[in-house]
Amino acid sequence: MVEVNLWSGLRPLANGEEMVEVEADTVGGLLDALVEQHPGLQEAIDAGVSVAVDGRIIASALDEPIRPDSEVFLMQRLKGG
Amino acid sequence: MALDDQKGGFKFIGTRPNRPDGLDKVTGRARFGADAHASGMLHAAILRSPHAHARIKKIDTSRAEAAKGVKAIVTRADFTQSLQPAPGMKGENWNILENVMAGDTALYDGHAVAAVAATSALAAKDALKLIEVEYEPLPHVTDVDKAMQADAPVIREGVAAGTVPKGLHPNVAGYHESGHGDVEAGFAEADLVVEDHFVTEATHQGYIEPHACLAQLGADGKGELWCCTQGHWNVQKVCAALLDLETSQLRVTASEIGGGFGGKTAVFIEPVALALSRKANRPVKLVMSRAEVFRATGPTSSTSMDVKIGMKKDGTITAAQGVFRLQGGAFPGAPADMTAMCAFAPYALKNVHQIGYDVMTNRPKQAAYRAPGSPMAAFGVESVIDELCNQLGLDPLDTRLKNASHEGTKASYGPKFQRIGLVETLEAAKAHPHYTAPLKPGQGRGISCGFWFNHGGETAVSLALSEDGTVQLAVGTPDIGGSRASMALMAAEVLGVPYDNIRVIIADTASLGYNEISHGSRVTYASGLATIKAAEDAVKKLCARAAAKWGIPEDAVKWEDGCAVPSGPNAGEFPPMPIAEITRKMGATGGPICGHFEATPEGAGVSFATHIVDSEVDPETGKTSVVRYTVVQDAGKAIHPTYVEGQFQGGAAQGIGWALNEEYIYGEDGRLQNPLFLDYRIPVASDLPMIDTVIVEVPNPGHPYGVRGVGETSICPPLAAIANAVSAAAGVRMRQLPMSPPRILEALEKQAGDG
Repeated sequence: MVEVNLWSGLRPLANGEEMVEVEADTVGGLLDALVEQHPGLQEAIDAGVSVAVDGRIIASALDEPIRPDSEVFLMQRLKGG
Repeated sequence: MALDDQKGGFKFIGTRPNRPDGLDKVTGRARFGADAHASGMLHAAILRSPHAHARIKKIDTSRAEAAKGVKAIVTRADFTQSLQPAPGMKGENWNILENVMAGDTALYDGHAVAAVAATSALAAKDALKLIEVEYEPLPHVTDVDKAMQADAPVIREGVAAGTVPKGLHPNVAGYHESGHGDVEAGFAEADLVVEDHFVTEATHQGYIEPHACLAQLGADGKGELWCCTQGHWNVQKVCAALLDLETSQLRVTASEIGGGFGGKTAVFIEPVALALSRKANRPVKLVMSRAEVFRATGPTSSTSMDVKIGMKKDGTITAAQGVFRLQGGAFPGAPADMTAMCAFAPYALKNVHQIGYDVMTNRPKQAAYRAPGSPMAAFGVESVIDELCNQLGLDPLDTRLKNASHEGTKASYGPKFQRIGLVETLEAAKAHPHYTAPLKPGQGRGISCGFWFNHGGETAVSLALSEDGTVQLAVGTPDIGGSRASMALMAAEVLGVPYDNIRVIIADTASLGYNEISHGSRVTYASGLATIKAAEDAVKKLCARAAAKWGIPEDAVKWEDGCAVPSGPNAGEFPPMPIAEITRKMGATGGPICGHFEATPEGAGVSFATHIVDSEVDPETGKTSVVRYTVVQDAGKAIHPTYVEGQFQGGAAQGIGWALNEEYIYGEDGRLQNPLFLDYRIPVASDLPMIDTVIVEVPNPGHPYGVRGVGETSICPPLAAIANAVSAAAGVRMRQLPMSPPRILEALEKQAGDG
């Protein structure tokens, strides 16, 4: 199981949980599993999120691997200038 | 991908050759957005709302259509009807359409409501006067704090994203909240807590080249578009969605670009020109005036911010919290999330909490401007840290060093940092002679740190070898900061051929796979990485041709200094085979040799900077001068140091304008009062000191050569560093930007009155 940390603004959409455990070995699998557990997260994920895996910020690549002990944070997706 | 294979021993990387496009640009040969012409071309002009907020009851174009030379007029009815509004950013294409051409409501002064194509630019402008629009003015709001109040007019119902807490005004389109620890407990541990309110005004990216395009679209849905943009694949995608086209049938070519700074990541006039062309069945050229650029293209958000930080006497920060309200114009999307996430990132904090509000008003849709949101956040945060240091008698650099984030620090926005170079920038700033140079009476010194994430993004690069062994390199990211030079250097490094033997072009949308916009400081990182990989792909094929010639296995050949050579004594003895010897016969030895690479690299390293500023304030007039400026920034690895320094200096120069003079001024009527460079004053060369630069190189583990983006971080510290310097020089804390002479005099007079 991977522990996924949500930013505070997402918690009301995930039954108030700060951290959600999901079964996943890729970024894409993780996002799918999050929505499965908490459908309320769908809109925020569709709007664009990044996933920080062990400090690396994954903006797009759904095939990036995740280990069970990875540190995972959901983040809002960057828009740069 | 394992991308950390080489970090030193370079032949070309780190040198400073002239940029490949330099001669074109200084001789006028380079073609910018407005430089394109086509046979039978029409000229277009756009009618814009004179109201800040008004219902469009009726548009009558009949008189304009009858005018001499007019060939087509478009309104919202000429764009797709299939897009629908949706909450938050889900309805972004609808938002773009609504901004490109108003629907039933004009949402800001300058909002497009109709457009004309005619046989001359004058005829098009004259025809605008014949279009009759019946407006019903509505109440408006342009201030971010007022837009959040209960009695504020609602810009549009139903915009709020699902993450926005219930009970907030409908103008709050987005909400971000993050942090960790217990800030109240942290404040209780502090010896001193400073809390303050800060305000920044909207500023424009100020690119010298206005938006311009030449469009051709036939009734068969096939189109060609030439435009100045930071991302032509995005233009292609958006235009296709707004005009019901198949994406691949619209070929978009990026012109040279006369500045963008984030403002040309958006789409404004291109769909309008295409719609006119489709209707007139003629090519249509559309060029914005400067006033249109100011009124209808993206300025940055204005902000209202509250920052509170607690500190111990020894300088340890015990807790930090910030509330950042961003005015984003009449659409969702202001970077409230980035503002909040960047705010405290330079510091290792046990207790931190940040909230961002994305707020809609009757102003043009905000657009990215170099590290969107981060400079404003730094202004608030670094001003409070400066005040804490002043009141506790602490050295501002040592205090920042004491609290600095480093590898392994839990960032204020959540995850742990990988290898970062903030401490190195602070140490370099401390060692710089500027930091200890004496100040003259009336002068003050300020410092600030700044942070930006940087980005990777979808990237495709192709490289083709010519028979003479020279190289054509096609990238898809418009060159907004000297990137052709950097790409050529990276390709030269891999191929071992002279820099001048490589011609770099920005390919059109039909020639490469999708390339994300040149934004997020991603070009040298992502296109650079793809260039290296494409060159390595070509090298592999070159080695294979040599192996075939020598009759040895492919893995028995390696590439050295532009030649195939046997990889070791067991491979056999063969003289080095130069690239030109292989390419001369490539047609007969297997065909053309090309290299390519397509990926979404995800290893863009975050970056930090520290700036030192000396300023001088005239207490009689309130005029401020920046007398000395030093930028210290981590570039990871400077591929072309001159252009890295240029990015550092450019960020500082734009920050000086933002801090001291630039602002959007709205009247009570909600109309922009200063839509010209005469009244909206950007710094000119004579306003600026020589901006000194120090390149720190802490390699990014996510790039083969260690590159970190540099284009945006350079604008993160200036607002705060200048504000701290001006506050020190004036002897009064400046909490509102720009620090124009009237504001400085007002602050001095208020302080004298209070005293």
